[in-house]
Amino acid sequence: MAKSGDIVSGAVLAGLGVFIIVEARGWEYAGPDGPGPGFFPLWYGVCMVALSVLLVAMSLAQRASVPAEPVNWREIGRALAAWAGLALCVGFLKILGFLLAFGLFTFFLVAVMYRRPLGTAAAVSVGAALGFYLLFPLALNVALPIGKLGF
Amino acid sequence: MEVIVYLLQGFAVALSPLNLMWCFIGCFLGTVIGILPGLGPAATIAMLLPLTFKMDPTGAVIMLAGIYYGSKYGGSTTSILLNVPGESASVVTCIDGYQMAKRGRAGAALGIAAIASFIAGTVGVLGLMLVAPPLAKFALSFSSPEYFALMCLGLAMVVLLAGESMTKALLAMLVGLWIAGMGTDLFTSTSRFTFGNAEMLDGIDFVVVAIGVFALGEVLGNMEGRSGTQMLPVPKGLRNLLPTWQDLKDCRFAFFNGSVIGFLIGVLPGAGSTIASFISYGIEKAVSRHPEKFGTGVVEGVAAPEGANNAETGGAMVPLLTLGIPGSGTTAILLAAFILWGLRPGPLMIQDNPTLFWGLVASMYIGNVMLLVLNLPLVPLFAQILRLPAYVLYPAIFGISIVGVYSTSSSLFDVWMLGAFGLIGYAMRKLEYPSAPLILGFVLGDGMERALRQSLMMSQGDLSILVSRPISATMLFLTVLILVAPLFKKANAWRVRALG
Repeated sequence: MAKSGDIVSGAVLAGLGVFIIVEARGWEYAGPDGPGPGFFPLWYGVCMVALSVLLVAMSLAQRASVPAEPVNWREIGRALAAWAGLALCVGFLKILGFLLAFGLFTFFLVAVMYRRPLGTAAAVSVGAALGFYLLFPLALNVALPIGKLGF
Repeated sequence: MEVIVYLLQGFAVALSPLNLMWCFIGCFLGTVIGILPGLGPAATIAMLLPLTFKMDPTGAVIMLAGIYYGSKYGGSTTSILLNVPGESASVVTCIDGYQMAKRGRAGAALGIAAIASFIAGTVGVLGLMLVAPPLAKFALSFSSPEYFALMCLGLAMVVLLAGESMTKALLAMLVGLWIAGMGTDLFTSTSRFTFGNAEMLDGIDFVVVAIGVFALGEVLGNMEGRSGTQMLPVPKGLRNLLPTWQDLKDCRFAFFNGSVIGFLIGVLPGAGSTIASFISYGIEKAVSRHPEKFGTGVVEGVAAPEGANNAETGGAMVPLLTLGIPGSGTTAILLAAFILWGLRPGPLMIQDNPTLFWGLVASMYIGNVMLLVLNLPLVPLFAQILRLPAYVLYPAIFGISIVGVYSTSSSLFDVWMLGAFGLIGYAMRKLEYPSAPLILGFVLGDGMERALRQSLMMSQGDLSILVSRPISATMLFLTVLILVAPLFKKANAWRVRALG
């Protein structure tokens, strides 16, 4: 992944560097009291563009001599599925509250990602939600996001 | 003599029942997370950081430091029993430790790892106690140019040693500087990189970035596979965990080597315990009467790297506490923790907060004794943690991460940002970008910009102020040297290849 990803990540970071430079140019570079808010970002933006271009160039040069490593999309898919589950959980925090949203997310991880029986998944998700409730709001007095259902 | 008086005062602080409890909790948690592959001390400290905000800073730092050095003890267990290093610093322990376990000597390997960790860990604290106060006194003469140069030097060493690609490490560090720059500029109140979002005006919380990149990034990476690991049997009973007299005799030099190398490497920002463990293993092999046996399960091959790994903690605390320069991702999180508690690590830290500094030093002595007790007779019990299924562990980490971030700011926007940084952390792992430089850039970015701008204000915009002062000039020269040296090395390799 690293070698083929270097070109893409290098291009993304070069774009980020250009964005930083453009933004920094909109702020004062130097004023009567010394350097302004645009001084430091401008320079690290320039460094970012230079290093990203170097990374892309090195990867392209290497690609010509060494074949690119195959990408295991199955593995990446599993990680991204877990992340998507997390994103949904965060999205539902406002509506369902932490305990319910997190319980459903745990159920998804255990049942779908780890292919455990539904009974096990239900037990783990209920146990996890209960454990968090007992530890944080009750024992440690730490507030959890509350949903429209009041918990 | 003065040191002894302060140390006794430190013991009075560390031996209070509450601080003893925090020390024990830190050591216990550290051992547990050290044993769990895929969850490092940086991620754990980041996750627990929000819970320490209501605590007394001395107790909080004692607990978090306990997690830091405790994880080093626990890290050897997975290396020896599973051939899976809990952390990169435990990679070397796998070489001989796993071979010893395969030959039925897991108990001796675990025992010698605990004893070496105890000896070297204690030597590391002794070094911290003796080196930190004079270094802090020297650093009192530092002004903005010296601080800017020092931060440049720290970042240069870290990016150089962070991974295989210096370009990627530098890019990660620059992204960290960019994230640090988000929010309102302290000098002019200009909003920078806020994307028109009012919630970004205060910048991005450190806890969000640290938990996202370290904890979530790590867990997402571990969730790529579904398979478990095969653990070798753990011997039961203390007698089976104690190394023989001959083992201890064979490890005499390894204990010394690991302690000294670990501490010295730890003091250098960026070098870290991984390098310390590799160097001490290399030295041990070089001076050994039977170097050919290394890799087949020799006890010195476990003692030297484990010792170095633990002595490094004391060394790493020196630049953190006296100069405010963290040398790794974990110490960067500790630095952020100090700042969040309203403390400022630096030359005045020991002078202004003697109770905290000496309490911490004393607690590290106590913690090392606690860890020896925890790790010798209780290793079989701790090893059972490895049987905890991933489908129970990982949801819990996701949950603690969400609660940790939400409890800091009560903002769902921050929880969204946590998810975004989790994805960034995972992408960095996949693309082989080291995450430590990003965290260091983020932690040091604000101070670095402030020091640079204050320096230029002092000189009315004249950049020569950075090179006209001897200390800052020396540090900037070293920075350039560190960054340029690998290029010369590469150029030389190309030249040799072209000639060949």
